[in-house]
Amino acid sequence: MKKIIGIALLLLGLIAAICAYQVKTTGHMAFFDAGNMSNLAQRIGILGIYAIGAGIVIISGGIDLSIGSVIGFTGVVMTMAVTNLHMSPVLVAFLCLIMCALLGLWHGFLIGRFNLQPFIATLCTLLLLRGLGRGISGGVSQSIRSFDFLGNGSFLGIPVPFWIMIGLALVVAFIMNFTVYGRYLYAIGRNAEAVRYSGIKVNRMRTIAYVTSAVLAGIAGIISVSYTGEVQPANAGLMFEMWAIAAAVLGGCSLRGGEGGVLGVLIGAALIKVMYNGINLIGINTEWEWAVIGVVILGGVIADAAYKQRAALLAAKRPVK
Amino acid sequence: MESIQSGEARTSPLLHMKGITKRFPGVLALNNVDFELFPAEVCGLIGENGAGKSTLMRILAGIFPLDEGVVLFNSKPIEINSVQDSLALGVSVIHQELNLAPNLDIASNMFLGREPRKALGVVDRKALYAQASDLAARVGITAPLNTLVEKLSPGEQQLVEVAKALSADARILVLDEPTSSLTPTEAEKLFDVMRSLKASGVAMVYISHRLPEVEEMCDRCVVLRDGQRVGELAKGSITPGEMVRLMVGRDISRFFPEHGASHEAETVMSVEDFVYPGGTNPVSFDLHAGEILGLAGLIGAGRTELVRAIFGVERAIGGHILVNGHPLHVASPADAIRAGIGLVPEDRKELGVILEMGVLENITLPGIGAYRPPFMDRKREKQVAEEQVRALDVKTPSLGHDVQFLSGGNQQKVALGKWLSMNPRILILDEPTRGIDVGSKSEIYKIIRGLADKGVAVVLVSSELEEVIGLADRVLVMHEGSCTGILNREEISEENIMSLATGGTAR
Repeated sequence: MKKIIGIALLLLGLIAAICAYQVKTTGHMAFFDAGNMSNLAQRIGILGIYAIGAGIVIISGGIDLSIGSVIGFTGVVMTMAVTNLHMSPVLVAFLCLIMCALLGLWHGFLIGRFNLQPFIATLCTLLLLRGLGRGISGGVSQSIRSFDFLGNGSFLGIPVPFWIMIGLALVVAFIMNFTVYGRYLYAIGRNAEAVRYSGIKVNRMRTIAYVTSAVLAGIAGIISVSYTGEVQPANAGLMFEMWAIAAAVLGGCSLRGGEGGVLGVLIGAALIKVMYNGINLIGINTEWEWAVIGVVILGGVIADAAYKQRAALLAAKRPVK
Repeated sequence: MESIQSGEARTSPLLHMKGITKRFPGVLALNNVDFELFPAEVCGLIGENGAGKSTLMRILAGIFPLDEGVVLFNSKPIEINSVQDSLALGVSVIHQELNLAPNLDIASNMFLGREPRKALGVVDRKALYAQASDLAARVGITAPLNTLVEKLSPGEQQLVEVAKALSADARILVLDEPTSSLTPTEAEKLFDVMRSLKASGVAMVYISHRLPEVEEMCDRCVVLRDGQRVGELAKGSITPGEMVRLMVGRDISRFFPEHGASHEAETVMSVEDFVYPGGTNPVSFDLHAGEILGLAGLIGAGRTELVRAIFGVERAIGGHILVNGHPLHVASPADAIRAGIGLVPEDRKELGVILEMGVLENITLPGIGAYRPPFMDRKREKQVAEEQVRALDVKTPSLGHDVQFLSGGNQQKVALGKWLSMNPRILILDEPTRGIDVGSKSEIYKIIRGLADKGVAVVLVSSELEEVIGLADRVLVMHEGSCTGILNREEISEENIMSLATGGTAR
């Protein structure tokens, strides 16, 4: 909880700094303009959706590197099936999600049955799907028409991707906090062997996490296509898994597993997108943006680590009864 | 506190550790302990596991900083902040696990990091072997000095460790369980070396669980219990009986609860021609309701592997299990649990509990899936955890307190509580008292006997003979992967168990 408050304060501080800078230089807070807010909400929505998936896998003590390629590949399949094969977008979207679920099962199988490290198992999917997408499309940019409500529509003045993120976040947060499955995942992230000795089917539980992650990436991929209307097979979703992991870690997940939560991940996602946005608004050359974001994330995790070390020291000094 | 001083006036101590206190998260490892060491003496340091012997010696060796207290060396206060500081004072600690480089030869190991050098830092091999051969003669190493250490027997390796300590001009030598892996002949040779070192003025601290050796070798013996110094024995009064009395703090006979009345009880589980993965011979035994079946044997005899396979952690490669007369197929722990079996594993911190989770979550982990699936029933969960904490008297500030901050004994109670909350009919305990303090030990013994009295069939795997003899109603002894015998109540004795455990037969 403390961690969520810390990162929420960081987010508010960042917004305040951006606004203060703008007031000083232009006398106007462009950050809160309707256009900027709506744009930001769209982007936070899409990142939030797949970052939740990354977060769940990280909580279970694993990692999913395939997210970006799943997003890109989903986009390629969507555009080609709808534009070239004239299939219904809804049907194709549905099939894509089934494909993603199977992919998650595959990851769970590789990690459970062959004891592969999650890093390697999902790295192979990252390469495989990126190559497949570029292969079937010939590397040529694909476009899709008349399918933009998911990405660009809005409801009650708030962009649809943001609504979808809220809805999915509520479902996942409920599962993580109020069902046995959530308890098992946290426990597995801490110590999978001890959980196995307690009679819990660890592989099955872990597989569900990978399925969740792949399906959420698929949903984000569909929304992305709808948002941009076109897909560059070589670039769509490139590095997205890294943003997802960054959002999850900023939001309180530890790569050691067993820590974090959905709300934290969403705030982490917002923080990353606000940073991007702020760099633009302040007028820093966008070539610098990764460097700025890298430094901010590093600062955040160092502050957290220092805080934890201090807390551990205090706990050790607490008198024993 | 009792102190028995020998009549003669003593020289001032070479080393005097005064009022040493050391805390670890959740544990007071040492509480105001005094320890002194005189030149040219062998001082025993004994106590149960977790009494604080190793912690005290690690402070001396500069591995742990002390929280309170002072260390005087030749009556001058000194600070030991690192292993280097300790070595510079002439303190050498030979740990239970040897610190040798197996791929280097004897001479190189003796002078590792302190090799005689020529110009440009090249090792002066001639000087190295010359100095090494002096040391080898002193400690009685007969093997050629260019023999690789991995080719030596454990006893010879121990001597290399001693020589290594001497090469660093050790004035104080700490030997932590030096004979635990030695044959009697090798141990005797080590004792000869110790006697000659003593004659040359080296002071030694001798840590051992083998009380007859302490009696034979030590001039004085300091006893620790639960992090406190509880007494000192002078030469004539170092007897096993006296040592045990001080270590345990009460009469050993009252340490174990009364045995249950022996009666013909129903068979709860039959294990027939069961072969665990890696096992050599099939194992068969019956387990009755309300009995404690001890599983004895040397380390590596296959006891842990056997119970892991029964619990479904590993798949058995042969035989079958009947529970209440029905065949039970165990492919995973979940199957075993459904049949009413629980296992408290040997490795408490890695397998028994999840250290970074609360007492509540740990206790309810095996059961919570059944309360109100798929949801968590927090009310019931709290009830179950509270019940176990109360019944087992787990000392924790709150139900949410992380298990890692509890003492070993309380951690083990949490590991037990997990299974008790499941009301098992068969409970397997693998080394349930390893590394926990004496007080908790006797509490856990009472809990185990209490379970048996309530009709639970208990399998107790233990390497502590005293524990098996004190608790078990019957004892199954294993040797190198096979069952060498099952002893009934009246046949249980140290001699019979040891004879079966080493591959012999019972009388």
